[in-house]
Amino acid sequence: MLRLDRPPSRGLLLALLAAVLASCFAIEQFGLVDDYIRFILITLGINVILCVSLNLVNGWMGEFSVGHAGFMALGAYLSACVSVKWLGGANPLWMFPLAVISGGLAAGVVGFLLGLLSFKTRGDYLAIITLAFLMIVKSGIENISYVGGPRGFLGIGNETSLPWTAAWTILTLWAIRNLVYSRFGRAIVAVREDEIAATAMGVDTRKAKLVAFVVSSFFGGVAGALFAHQLQFINPGSFDIVKSTEILVMVYLGGIGSIAGSVLGATVFTVLTQVLQPLGTWRMVIMPLLLVMLMLFRPRGIMGLREWSWFVPRREFEEKEKSS
Amino acid sequence: MSAQPLLQTRNVTQRFGGLTAVSDFSLEVAEGHAHGIIGPNGAGKTTAFNLITGIYKPTEGDILFRGKPITGLRPDEIARRGIGRTFQNIRLFRDLSVLDNVRIASDSRSRYSWPGAMVQLPSARREEKQTIGACEELLEQFGLAEVARERAGGLPYGSQRRLEIARAMALKPSLLLLDEPAAGMNSAETLKLVEFLGWLRDHFSVTMLLIEHHMQLVMTFCDRITVLDFGATIAEGGPEDIRTNAKVIEAYLGEEPDEG
Repeated sequence: MLRLDRPPSRGLLLALLAAVLASCFAIEQFGLVDDYIRFILITLGINVILCVSLNLVNGWMGEFSVGHAGFMALGAYLSACVSVKWLGGANPLWMFPLAVISGGLAAGVVGFLLGLLSFKTRGDYLAIITLAFLMIVKSGIENISYVGGPRGFLGIGNETSLPWTAAWTILTLWAIRNLVYSRFGRAIVAVREDEIAATAMGVDTRKAKLVAFVVSSFFGGVAGALFAHQLQFINPGSFDIVKSTEILVMVYLGGIGSIAGSVLGATVFTVLTQVLQPLGTWRMVIMPLLLVMLMLFRPRGIMGLREWSWFVPRREFEEKEKSS
Repeated sequence: MSAQPLLQTRNVTQRFGGLTAVSDFSLEVAEGHAHGIIGPNGAGKTTAFNLITGIYKPTEGDILFRGKPITGLRPDEIARRGIGRTFQNIRLFRDLSVLDNVRIASDSRSRYSWPGAMVQLPSARREEKQTIGACEELLEQFGLAEVARERAGGLPYGSQRRLEIARAMALKPSLLLLDEPAAGMNSAETLKLVEFLGWLRDHFSVTMLLIEHHMQLVMTFCDRITVLDFGATIAEGGPEDIRTNAKVIEAYLGEEPDEG
C-alpha cells in the first residue's frame, strides 16, 4: 500500500522522477502535446523554481524581498550573453547548462551583497532595499547598450526544452529540500522565529542570512536563464515590480515555508492566469480579489508552515519500532 | 577556591543614554557552584545576563570566561564557547517541533558545509543522524521524548520551561544562565524545580548562574549569592551572610514581598 503520510521509499521516488523526466523527453521527441501546452508546462517549471527560491527568504527566513525579478534579470541577461555573444556557435548540449549556471552564479554573487545588507536591516526596511535593488538592476540594464539597452536582447536560442526545465525544477526542489532540512535550514527558520534566541543558542545568524540570500538568488537567476531561452527575447521591462509581485503571489498563495506549498502556489497561479485569460481585464480584478480572500482566511497560504511528507527526508520521521 | 573562576566580570558598566543599568559589576562564579543573583525589579539583573551572553556590549569593563576575555564577542560565539541561557519570558522557537528547538542548539557542533548539505554529502547525512540521536536522548532525559515531534508553542507552560533548559543544555555548556526559572510557579512547583535543578547540576556537572525572585529557592539551592540594587552590587556571600546582611534587608527583604 502506498502511504501518503510517510515518504516513499528511495527506489519508488527515483522511479517516479525517472518517469517524469522520461515522459518529458517523450513529449519533446514525439510532439505529444501542442506548442501551447508545452509552453505552459515550461512556464510552470520556471514558476516553481522562482516560487520555492523566493520562499527561502520570504517564507523560511521571514523577510520580505520584492527583488526576486532582479535576480531573474541578472540570470536571464548573463545566460543570454553566454549563449549568444560569448559561446555562440558551441554545442548547446554543454553550452546551455553552462549558460544557466553562469546566470545563477551572477545572481548569487549579487545576492551575497544583498545578504550583507540584511545584517543590520530587517523587515520593512530590508523590503525597501530589495525594491531599490530591483530598480537599480532594471535601469542598469537599460543603460548597457551591449545587451540592447531598453530595446531588449534579441536572438536568444530556443534552448529551454521540457526535459531541461524538468531537470532544473527537480534539482532546485531537491537542493532546497536538502538545505531546509539541514542545520542551515533550521538556522534560517530560527532567524524568523526569534533572532535573539537563535543567536543565544549558537546560531551564526549572519551566515544563515547569507546562505538564504545566495541560494535564493542563485535559483532566481537559474529561472531567469530558463525564461530567457524560453521567450528568446528579453527586455528590462520583463523584470519589473509586476514580475516580483507575481512571484510573491505564488509564495503567499501556496504557503510560506513549504516546498509543497511552493509547488502548489506556482501551479495554481500558472493555471489561473491561463484559465482567466478570456476574461481580459476582469482577470486583474479576480486575481487580486482571490489574494485578499486568501490573506483574510489563510494568511500563511494554503500549505503555510506545513509540508507534504514526500518532501521531507526519511530521517525526520520517528522510527516506530523504537518507541514502544 | 584558589582555582580560576569559570566566569569573571571586572568592573562592568552598562549605560543606556543617561541611565546606568549596571555599574561597576564585578562577579566571580566558581566552577561547580550554583550562584544566585537577586535584587529588586529593575536592579539590572537581566542586563547583567545580556552583557555576559553578548547581547549588549559593556560600556566599560571586561568579562572573562575560563580566564579568556569574551567581551565584544557575538552572542553565538559566546554560546559556542559554552555559555547556555534561558530567558525571563520563555523564548522558544514556537512554530518548530520540540526536537528542532533542541537541534538548533545542538547544530552548532556539526561541521558539514551548506553546499555539502544541499547535495547531501554522506558526511552531512551522518552528522544529521547523529544530531537527531543525541537530541532524542537529551529529550528523553528531560522527560520530553513523547512530545518530540509536537509544536513547541503548544506545550503546557511547565514543559516549555523545561524545554528551554533542555535547549540550552544541547549546547553542552559549562555555564548555564537561568533567568527566573521559577517565574509563574506555585510553591509546590518551585519545590520540584529545586529538585530538578539539583539533578541538572549533578547529572551534567554544569555551573549555574541564576536570577531568581523566589527567596526560598535561592537560599536553599545557591552556594553563593550576589545582591544587586540600582545596578550596583550591594552584597555578596553565602546564603547565611545574605540573610543577615543589613543592606540587603533594607534594600530587598525589608520591602513588602510582591511575589506569592
